[in-house]
Amino acid sequence: MEYWRTPLDIDKLKIPRGELHIIKERCKGCGFCVEYCPKGVLKLSEEFNSKGYHPPEAINPDECVNCDLCEMLCPDFAIYCVRIEADEKEVAN
Amino acid sequence: MSVKVEELVREEHPMEKLLRMDRIPHIWCPTCGLGTTVTALAAALEQLELDLDNVAVVSGIGCTGRVAGYMKLDSFHTTHGRAIPFALGLHIARPDLKVIVFSGDGDLISIGGNHLIHTARRNVDLTVICVNNFIYAMTGGQVAPTTPITARSATSPYGNYEHPFNLPLLAASSGAVYVARWTALHVRRLTTAIKEAITKPGFSFVEVIAPCSTLYARLNKLGSGLDLMKFYHDNSVIRHGADLKEVDIDYQSKIAVGKFIDIEKPTYIDCMNEGGKRAFGDKYKPYGGGNGGN
Ligand code: SF4
Ligand code: SF4
Ligand code: SF4
Repeated sequence: MEYWRTPLDIDKLKIPRGELHIIKERCKGCGFCVEYCPKGVLKLSEEFNSKGYHPPEAINPDECVNCDLCEMLCPDFAIYCVRIEADEKEVAN
Repeated sequence: MSVKVEELVREEHPMEKLLRMDRIPHIWCPTCGLGTTVTALAAALEQLELDLDNVAVVSGIGCTGRVAGYMKLDSFHTTHGRAIPFALGLHIARPDLKVIVFSGDGDLISIGGNHLIHTARRNVDLTVICVNNFIYAMTGGQVAPTTPITARSATSPYGNYEHPFNLPLLAASSGAVYVARWTALHVRRLTTAIKEAITKPGFSFVEVIAPCSTLYARLNKLGSGLDLMKFYHDNSVIRHGADLKEVDIDYQSKIAVGKFIDIEKPTYIDCMNEGGKRAFGDKYKPYGGGNGGN
């Protein structure tokens, strides 16, 4: 990642990591989570749930930074993210 | 055969403690923004660490009116337009409760309009969250007092020609001490605004612009709720403290969002106690404590 200005405390920063949970049966396929995930983690899948909607799937789950935006924007309480502390990555200079 | 109990327990969304899960999935349409506004309220309540036994949610009729039924809180689903008078009575009887009115534009601003302005005038310590989707949604998409000029609805098939209300101006000029507007897309800023509104002593008003995919977007050929979210993304302009005469919303115009008003003024109960003391001196026993807290 390139920085416009390198943060002064870069050696102390860690990139948070999140584990995604998608409750497929509750999803109505609106795409809010897919559109606004800042890391492009999600995509609507080809698969159908029992109501005929396409729930999202994580195409690159390792990129998730646990920002919770998908969880906040989802109008159907169908996706959430849990922080995995053990997996935090050092910030690459 | 050994099946661990943990494997049988369904995974739990963090929001579940604030929702009546027996009613989920909710009835709202795909790409409707109402669920997102509920998340903002739930997140605000959680972040404020309020005792949830002391929080009540009151809704009126309409798609947004369903919120009272979905929140796992003391709640009441009133008749059309009467969310504010019910909330007012609840607040006066139990000033220790945080009373939140969560309803739509069709409910609060039209049939409930008189209650809104007079409760704001008296600066009653309530939080009013008004979800504005520019249309009467649940009844089939009729023109609302918030429908922008030229927008189509079931009762304005050639385009609306009535002037709509400018809600922040209406609330502020009626006497609200806290007025903010955000869209459903600004979910974090909306959460902060709801937290500020709940904490603020006096009448607080938060307008939330949210997509109605099935009626407003469809009748105006604006695509889905996701397309409206993208529209908010491209056309919202943050203008804290803006001159409220300039924040009205035209059809598909720029939307001014932000915190517009945050002032101090004695609340209804403060004024009642003040008036009592003026009239009866030391014989008067103050009611409810300052700002409604006991
Ligand atoms: S938590 Fe943030 S980064 Fe992770 S999937 Fe959701 S929106 Fe994307
Ligand atoms: S935001 Fe929720 S309902 Fe919409 S696609 Fe994502 S998981 Fe499904
Ligand atoms: S009619 Fe409109 S406001 Fe009502 S649930 Fe459907 S999209 Fe939402």
